[in-house]
Amino acid sequence: MTDCILETRNLTKEFSGFTAVNGVDLKVQRGHIHALIGPNGAGKTTFFNLLTKFLTPTDGSILFKGRDITRMRPADIAHLGVIRSFQISAVFPNMTVLENVRLALQRKLGVAYQFWRSDSMLHRLNDQAMALLEDVGLGKFADNITEELAYGRKRALEIATTLALDPELMLLDEPTQGMGAEDVGMTTELIRRVSADRTILMVEHNLGVVSTLADCITVLQRGAILAEGPYETVSKNPEVIEAYMGASDVEHA
Amino acid sequence: MNKTFWIILFVLGLLAPFAVYPVLMMELLCFALFACAFNLLLGYSGLLSFGHAAFFGSAAYITGFVMTQWNFGPFSGIVAGTLFAGALGLVFGLLAIRRQGIYFAMITLALEQIVFFLSLKLPFTGGEDGLQGIPRGMLFGFIDLNQPLNMYYTVFAIFVACFWLIHRTVHSPFGQVLRAIRENEPRAISLGYNVERIKLLAFVLSATLAGTAGATKSIVFQTASLTDVSWHTSGSVILMTLLGGMGTLLGPIVGAFTVVGLEHELSGIGSWVTVIIGMIFIVCVLAFRRGIVGEIGRLWKRSF
Repeated sequence: MTDCILETRNLTKEFSGFTAVNGVDLKVQRGHIHALIGPNGAGKTTFFNLLTKFLTPTDGSILFKGRDITRMRPADIAHLGVIRSFQISAVFPNMTVLENVRLALQRKLGVAYQFWRSDSMLHRLNDQAMALLEDVGLGKFADNITEELAYGRKRALEIATTLALDPELMLLDEPTQGMGAEDVGMTTELIRRVSADRTILMVEHNLGVVSTLADCITVLQRGAILAEGPYETVSKNPEVIEAYMGASDVEHA
Repeated sequence: MNKTFWIILFVLGLLAPFAVYPVLMMELLCFALFACAFNLLLGYSGLLSFGHAAFFGSAAYITGFVMTQWNFGPFSGIVAGTLFAGALGLVFGLLAIRRQGIYFAMITLALEQIVFFLSLKLPFTGGEDGLQGIPRGMLFGFIDLNQPLNMYYTVFAIFVACFWLIHRTVHSPFGQVLRAIRENEPRAISLGYNVERIKLLAFVLSATLAGTAGATKSIVFQTASLTDVSWHTSGSVILMTLLGGMGTLLGPIVGAFTVVGLEHELSGIGSWVTVIIGMIFIVCVLAFRRGIVGEIGRLWKRSF
């Protein structure tokens, strides 16, 4: 058994002459919260989209639990237990909060193509969905239309939906982006709580969040790894400080 | 929408042939079914097909062919037309489903033009004349469809059954996934749903039911013509769906009744009908985008 759950080897993505991700070798340890940081344009989101198969790499490979998933389709890696979130809040806006979570639970029933059955058969998932909503503090909003939720709560719902699939590896794309201080605290706490028994790889701008949560940090710059290690080491690395103009980490940490 | 409402509509449907000319009523129901099938794709899956007449029209031809040449009865004739449309839908779907928006619409339009061309050129389609004199025949061997009322209730039964199936599809586990894809496709993918296959199934279902509508129409009018497979018919079903309100169950029915009813009522003024319907469509798009049923539904919700 290897304790490295996700590995990339020489992962590269070129967009007509511009190399967004340049030969990245990354290893994510099982059970860790691994954060991916870097200045704007460092290639974080591209790298993230490569991992989740929303983009196809130009070169290199991606291994999940030692298995090559480089050529798989996005829906297939979800079946393996790799579930991603999105930078913009990824909810189903006109469905109720409960229906959002239930939709994730529904996949395991294998009834996605059954157009001749009544959807009341999905009610058996309601208790499980409620439990997940209670977990993220959304129990009393279950019957609200999702669109009406405050931004921070939508992000919490997104995490509940992701958890519904019981992923081995959660990929979170800037989970606290655009949040007020209060929501950031709530979300940080939530991520910490759900990280038990799971591995999380997150892209995050907020160094405050990274410093409290992450076991390991990878700093990307111009599509390549600049530094890697625990927060204490990385934050003292002179190159990293320079990349961040010495400003933001002092401000947030 | 509550049960009483649907029961009232059902009873009205049963009584209709005593108040309205039955052939008109049957035409209305055939186009309403066509629009409902189309709406399953546009309104509930978010896919705009510009080639739905291919399914409607080819089913009409196939039904006409098997009934005139192979002496099929009306039931097996409609089944044959429907299955053919479903198979054609699978072919169209496999070719078009990976494309989105305008590209999807253009591919379906191009494929529909091929079907139109074949309908004109193939030896058994009757060329410019189409198929004439399709017999109505005896349903299950003992119901004489040449009796207008028998024919009407057969069409009505087909309509109700298909409408029920669409209703069920919308409110099924499959319908939930369709809705999710329409609201946020990347998220549905990341939850592990095979979006292309789900869309393909929706496309095939829609094509199949459009075929049922075309097959039924060919028996009612005893003809299958080039108009049925022309892109005008594809356009007209889009108009009906948008006018009535896409994404609502009742909308396409209201839209089809409005368009076909107007064409019928105003047939005295000739081609001006097209202008009037065009004007109505423009007003609809500018002033009430949700369509007739969509707007009424919104007012209803607001006032409570």
